Amino acid sequence: MTLYLGQPWPVLAALAIVYGVLILATIVVGLIARRRGAEATQELSARVRSWWWIVSLFTVTILIGRGMAVTFLGFISFLALKEFLSLVPTRRVDRTTLLWVYLAVPVQFYLAYINRYGLFIVFIPVWMFLFVSMTMALRGETEGFLRAVGIVSWGMMMTVFTLSHMAYLLVSGDRQNVVAGGAGLLCFLLFTTQFNDVAQFFWGKLFGRHRIVPKVSPKKTWEGFLGGLLTTTALAAITGPMLTPMSHLWSLAAGAMLATAGFVGDVTMSAVKRDLGIKDSGSMIPGHGGILDRVDSLTYAVPVFAHAYRYFFYS
Amino acid sequence: MSEPARRPDGALPMTEPRRARFGSLLKQLFFAAVVRPVVLVILGLNVRRRQLLPEAGPAVIVANHNSHLDTLTLMSLMPLALLPKVRPVAAADYFMTGGLKGFIANELVGIIPIVRGGNRERDPLEPCKQALKRGEILILFPEGTRGEPERLSSFKRGVAHLAGAFPEAPVVPVFTHGLGKALPKGSWLLVPFFCDIFVGESFRWPGAIDTFMATLEARISGLASEGRFPPWT
Repeated sequence: MTLYLGQPWPVLAALAIVYGVLILATIVVGLIARRRGAEATQELSARVRSWWWIVSLFTVTILIGRGMAVTFLGFISFLALKEFLSLVPTRRVDRTTLLWVYLAVPVQFYLAYINRYGLFIVFIPVWMFLFVSMTMALRGETEGFLRAVGIVSWGMMMTVFTLSHMAYLLVSGDRQNVVAGGAGLLCFLLFTTQFNDVAQFFWGKLFGRHRIVPKVSPKKTWEGFLGGLLTTTALAAITGPMLTPMSHLWSLAAGAMLATAGFVGDVTMSAVKRDLGIKDSGSMIPGHGGILDRVDSLTYAVPVFAHAYRYFFYS
Repeated sequence: MSEPARRPDGALPMTEPRRARFGSLLKQLFFAAVVRPVVLVILGLNVRRRQLLPEAGPAVIVANHNSHLDTLTLMSLMPLALLPKVRPVAAADYFMTGGLKGFIANELVGIIPIVRGGNRERDPLEPCKQALKRGEILILFPEGTRGEPERLSSFKRGVAHLAGAFPEAPVVPVFTHGLGKALPKGSWLLVPFFCDIFVGESFRWPGAIDTFMATLEARISGLASEGRFPPWT
């Protein structure tokens, strides 16, 4: 593949299209604001502005180089973990254990960076999992032990292990994707999932009637989910062959898989938030909420896509 | 005008204003290069109504106390230019011990040390009053000590005497949560947590100590009830 700015051209093209969409969204929101007043679109324009930030940061890190990109992805994982641990009940005796869990983030992303799949895939689910339980047990505080060890292990899996597959795809994909490298795989995965979030939101807003899991997420409707699934699958069928070695049919399947996984990730995080009695996980990203509110769909979409793609397309 | 005496190496000795300027610069550098990065990257803050923090002295910021980080975090929210005027009030017996702790407290943070308990011949609040007279912004923790982290204990009344002596200085109530989890009393291990800082509307001396204390406690527990905090045992 030919490189421009150190990137395969499809990656640059995909980024250009994303910027095009952002410009369009900014214009549309501006027009609505002019018609109905700035207050009506306050949240929407905050949302679009945050998207500008996210996309710009992503572009810069992708362009600078793999080490920088992996560091950036690791930092997002750290923020998600920190947000999670700040929201859930914790015990004072587990402070040291929590520090170990934080330190697992750089290790896990470093393993992705040096592309040691064997270690990467067992470090958190085997070594850290056993280690966390051990340190908590050796502290000797049994009250609330099971609850604490469950909460910390789950949080570590959802915010570090799952999200670290982004770094894994980015680095290992350079050899496994002749079309557009690791950046191509990551762009396909991220753009499709995030597009699906937005598509499900709009379909749900416009036509949403029949709720899927009212107790967990009252705004998730069949109309939103299926509408998002259809548009996302259609989009993936077009972009897949440009960014990955997948054919139109494979890309179609990948799109449907990403849309479904993204939906499940969203609902799962909603269940956690509902259990904790909060609406947003934080206030870091204006218009979106916290980091977890933005990456919730990715906690499922990223590992599901990474392992499916690895199974069928890695040599 | 007479030349100040030169030191043996020929350099002019540091004059008081120069020393003070250098001290301010050191304080600003410490907050810009160390405190702010730690607070923003390792901890991460969720600040509500930051604009209500005082922009000029004399003023008194009153907060609950969970951790050494309370002081540093609150100060990190102030503009660098204002920092030399921001003075946390702290126990003399704990911080005036020399060593690294004393250096940080005195030179980098710029505390106003006050003597706890005992000898009542001199007004223990005198240094605070002097500072307010100079137009500085005080940070006070009326719980007295960091106490049990993340539990609000009863307020000492010194703050009311101070507010009574300076009825024109606004009192700004602040509630913080999470800093005691990140660095509780008795631990040196900093564990990252997002922390909440809720700033409330300022109020002025209502005319009586009891009314003042009641207002202050109501304001701070009102701020505390804004958040929904996970249990920490």
